[in-house]
Amino acid sequence: MFRDPKTLLLLFGMPIAQILLFGFALTNEIKDSKIVVIDYAQDNASKNIIHKLSANPAFDLAESHFNAEQIENAFQKGTIKLAVIFPANFEHNLLHSSNSQIQIIADASDPNTASTLSNYASAIIQDYQLSQLQQQGMATTPLNIDTQIRMIYNPELKGATNYVPGVMALVLLLVSVLMTSVSIVREKELGTMEILLVSPVSPLMVIISKAIPYFALSIFNLTIILMLSYFLLELPIAGSLVLLYAASSLLILTGLALGLLISNSTDSQQTAMLISLMGMLIPTILFSGFMFPIENMPWPLQIISNVVPSKWYYIIVKDVMIKGLGFSSVWKEMLILTSMAIALLLISLKKYKIRLV
Amino acid sequence: MRILRFLLQKEFKQIFRNKALLPMIFAMPIMQLLVMPLAADYEVKNINISVVDHNHSSTATQLTKKVIASGYFKLVDYGNSYTQAYQGLETDETDLILEIPAQFEKELLTQNGSKLFIAVNAINGTKANVGAAYLQQIIRQYNQSIRLEMMANNQQMAIPEVDIATANWFNPDLNYRYFMVPGILVVLVTMVGAYMCALNIVKEKELGTIEQINVTPIKKYQFILGKLIPFWVIGVFIFSIGLFGVSYGVYGIVSQGSLLLLYGYMFLYLVALLGLGLLISTYADTQQQAMSIAFFFMMIFMLMSGLFTPIDSMPGWSKAIALSNPVTYFIEVTRMIMLKGSTFSDIKMHFAVITGFAVFFNGWAIINYKKTV
Amino acid sequence: MQNKVITTTNLTKQFGDFTAVDHISFEVNKGEIFGFLGANGAGKTTAIKMLCGLSNPTSGEATIAGCDIYKETEKIKQRIGYMSQKFSLYEDLTVIENIRFFAGIYGLTDQEIKEKGNALIENLGMQDSMHKMVGSLPLGWKQKMAFSVAVLHEPQIVFLDEPTGGVDPVTRRQFWDLIYNASDRGITVFVTTHYMDEAEYCNRVSMMVDGRIAALDTPDQLKSYYNATSMDEVFFELARGAKRGE
Repeated sequence: MFRDPKTLLLLFGMPIAQILLFGFALTNEIKDSKIVVIDYAQDNASKNIIHKLSANPAFDLAESHFNAEQIENAFQKGTIKLAVIFPANFEHNLLHSSNSQIQIIADASDPNTASTLSNYASAIIQDYQLSQLQQQGMATTPLNIDTQIRMIYNPELKGATNYVPGVMALVLLLVSVLMTSVSIVREKELGTMEILLVSPVSPLMVIISKAIPYFALSIFNLTIILMLSYFLLELPIAGSLVLLYAASSLLILTGLALGLLISNSTDSQQTAMLISLMGMLIPTILFSGFMFPIENMPWPLQIISNVVPSKWYYIIVKDVMIKGLGFSSVWKEMLILTSMAIALLLISLKKYKIRLV
Repeated sequence: MRILRFLLQKEFKQIFRNKALLPMIFAMPIMQLLVMPLAADYEVKNINISVVDHNHSSTATQLTKKVIASGYFKLVDYGNSYTQAYQGLETDETDLILEIPAQFEKELLTQNGSKLFIAVNAINGTKANVGAAYLQQIIRQYNQSIRLEMMANNQQMAIPEVDIATANWFNPDLNYRYFMVPGILVVLVTMVGAYMCALNIVKEKELGTIEQINVTPIKKYQFILGKLIPFWVIGVFIFSIGLFGVSYGVYGIVSQGSLLLLYGYMFLYLVALLGLGLLISTYADTQQQAMSIAFFFMMIFMLMSGLFTPIDSMPGWSKAIALSNPVTYFIEVTRMIMLKGSTFSDIKMHFAVITGFAVFFNGWAIINYKKTV
Repeated sequence: MQNKVITTTNLTKQFGDFTAVDHISFEVNKGEIFGFLGANGAGKTTAIKMLCGLSNPTSGEATIAGCDIYKETEKIKQRIGYMSQKFSLYEDLTVIENIRFFAGIYGLTDQEIKEKGNALIENLGMQDSMHKMVGSLPLGWKQKMAFSVAVLHEPQIVFLDEPTGGVDPVTRRQFWDLIYNASDRGITVFVTTHYMDEAEYCNRVSMMVDGRIAALDTPDQLKSYYNATSMDEVFFELARGAKRGE
C-alpha cells in the first residue's frame, strides 16, 4: 500500500481537500447575490432604500437599466436572482395616502436563496420604514418589540461547524470501507490472496494484518482533519479528545467490518468499489444529517437513517466536539455504534470463515 | 468503420454481461433519483422551537400563538425555565429558543418597548439563519399589528405603510424538489460517465488485454471511440430514464423549455465528461487508482457545482473552481431550461464553455494516451 | 535479403540509468522458429515489446517484415501476431466471440471470419466449448486459443512471449505442434522461453544475458561449442556470468 504513491497521495490529499472545500467554500451565508432594482419613482424614498439594499453584503446590485419586461429574460439568462420594483410616485403615495407598494420578484427556481433574499429585502424595507417614522417626529413610536439573537455554538455561522463532523465520518469511512474492500478484492483478483490463505498464517491473522494499516491510516487522517479544523478553520474542540477518538475508532471498526463483508461478496474491484460507494458513502452523505436535514425527510427515510452508522457518529462528534458535551450525553449513541460495530464484525468474520472451508 | 463495429460489439457484450455492473448502471441511478430529492430537502420548515415564557401575559401568549400559526415552527416546549430549554438545544430536541422576559407586557405598555431573547442552535448555519429570519419577521409583523391596533384605538394619524408584495416566479410554491431533481439528473449522468469510462479502460490496462489491442492495427481514435460510444449511449439512456421516468413520471416536473435544447447540451456534456474519464484512465494504472482519482474529482465537482450551495456566495478562489467545473454548467443549464424555459440565446455561453471543455479534455486525453507503452 | 524477416542492429532500450536491452543485433529468417532465451530479467520481454511496436527503442535500428520499426509501426502491426506472457484474450467473452473480435479488427471479411473461426475451433477440438466464456476454460486451452488467435490473420511473424508458462507437459507438446504447424505455413515464429527443453525445438536460439546476446546458433552447434549434452548445460554455462539475477 505504501509503495503506491498515487494512492497514498489520494489517501492523504483527500481529507485535506475536503476540509478546505467544506470549511471555506461551502458557506451557508448568502452574499453577493445579483439583484436588480427597477425604480419608476426616482425619488428620495426609493433612492434611500436602494442605497440600503446596495450596502447589504447579501446583495450585489446590477447597474443596468432594466424595465419590468426584461426581468423574466434576465432570470432565464441567470444574470439576476431578485428584482425589486418601486412604482412611480412611491414617496408621494407613502406620504400622502399612507400606502405604497413595493414589488419583490424572486427567481424561485432556487427556493432557499429566493426566500432568504426576499426576506432580507423585506427586512431592509421595513427597517427603513421604521427609521422614517422616527425621523418624522414620532420619536416615541409605541410598542417596540426588540429582539436580541444569540447564535449558539457557531456565532459566526461558519459552514465548517456543520461540515467538519460530516467530513470526518466521510473520510474515515472512505478509507476503511472502500480501501479495505478494494485492496482485499485486488489481492483476490491478482491471486495473491490464495498464497496468503494457504500459508500457515491463520485466516484471522491475515484479516487483522490487512485491517491494521487501514485502521492506523484512518486514525492518522482523523488527526490531520482535527488539526486542520483547529488551526485553519479555527474551530475549537470543545469536548474530550479521548471520547472523540473512541467514537472514531468505533466507526472505523464498523467500516473495516463492512469493507471485509463487501470483499467477501465480490471478486472484482470495480464491483467492490461500486458497492462501497453505493452502500456506504452515499448513505453517509444522504443520511448522516450533515448535508441533508433528516427532519425534513419523509418518515420511511428517517427510519432508514437509523441504520446508517455515520448518523450516530455524526451526532456524537457534534455533541462532543462542538457542543462540548460529555459521555453522559452521548452514551446512547455510543452504545448503538458499538453494537453496530460488533454485529458487523461478527457477521463478516463468520462469512469469511465459511468461504475458507 | 468496420473495426469500430467490432469494437462496439465487444464493448456492449462485455458491459451487458457484467452481472454486477449492470444493475448498478441502471438501477442505482433510478433509486438515487427517487431518494435524493426526498432526502435533499433544504426547505426550512418544522423548526423546533421552545418558548420560555416568564411573562404569561396575554401579549406573550398571543405572540406565541402567532409564531406557531405561521407554520414554520413546531412548539416542542413551553415553560418558564431557560435551563430546561437549553438542555433541549443540547440534545437537538429544539432548534430555537424564544425567551419572553418577565416584564414583557408591562415594559411594552409603560416604557414603550421591550426586548425578546432568541437563542439559535447555529451548527447548521442555513437553518439558523433562515429560522431566525422567519421568527424576526413574525415578531415584526406582530409588532406592527398591535401597534396599528393601538393607534386605531387612540385615533391618531395613520402611519405610512409600505406594502411589500413578494412574487416567486418559476416555482411559486417554493418546492425544493423542483430545484433538486434537475441537479441530481446531472449528477447521475456524471457518475456513470466519468467513473465507468475511466474504470473500463484501466481494467483493460490492468488485465493486460490493452497490450493485445495495441499490437493490432487498431488506431488510437478507433479504440477511444470504441470505448466512448457505449458509455455515451448509456449516459443518454440514463438521462432519458431520469428525465421521463422519474422527473416527469414521479415528480411531475414538466420542462418549461425545449427538450431538444436540453438533449443537445447533454450530448456535448457527455462528450466532455467521457473525455475526462479517458484522461483519468491515461494517468491511472490500476482500477483502485482510477477509482480514487475519479472519486476525488467527483467530490470536488459535486460540491463545487452549485448543486447545494449558491456559487455566488462562495469566496473568490472556490468560485474560480466552480467556474472551471463542467458540472456547474450542466446543472445551471438543466435548471434554466427545465424550470425557467430558457432558450438557446440565453445559454449560448454555456454551449461555448462546454464545447471548450470537450475539446480540452479529449484533446489532452488523446495526446496523453500513448499507444506505445 | 527477402528471407530476412527480422533484422536488428544495436537495438537498445534504457530505462533511466538501467540498460534493459544493450545493443542487440541479430537476424531471423523467414519460416524459422527462433528461440529467444534468457533468465528472468535478462531483457527478453523488453526486446519483444520493442519488436512488436509496444515500446519505443532508445537507439538502434530494426526492420520487421520489411518495415522500419520507427516509421512504419502501423504497417508492422498488420503483419505480425503477438501473444503476451499474461493471458490477454477477453475472459468475459466466449471463445467464438473472441475469435470474431480479433479476426474482425485485423480486417478479415465476414466470410473469412466464419471459415477461419470454424477451422480454428475444429483444429483445437473446442466445438463443445465455443460458447463458453474464455475465463472458464483451463489454462492450457486458453494458451492454445491465444496462439491460434494470434496467427488467425496469417501474419508473417508471430511473437510469443513465454507462451507455455504454467502449462502441463502434454499441453506444452500440443502447443509446440501448433507452432510447427504455423511454421510449416511459412509463419516465422519468434518465441521467448526459459524452458530449456523447448529450446531444442527451435531452429536457432539466442541466449540473452544481462541485456546482451551472449550466443546465437542452432541448438546442436551451441551444445557442441560449449561441450554440453543439453541446452540446460549451455544455458547454465552462459548464465553463470550474469550479474543481474533475481
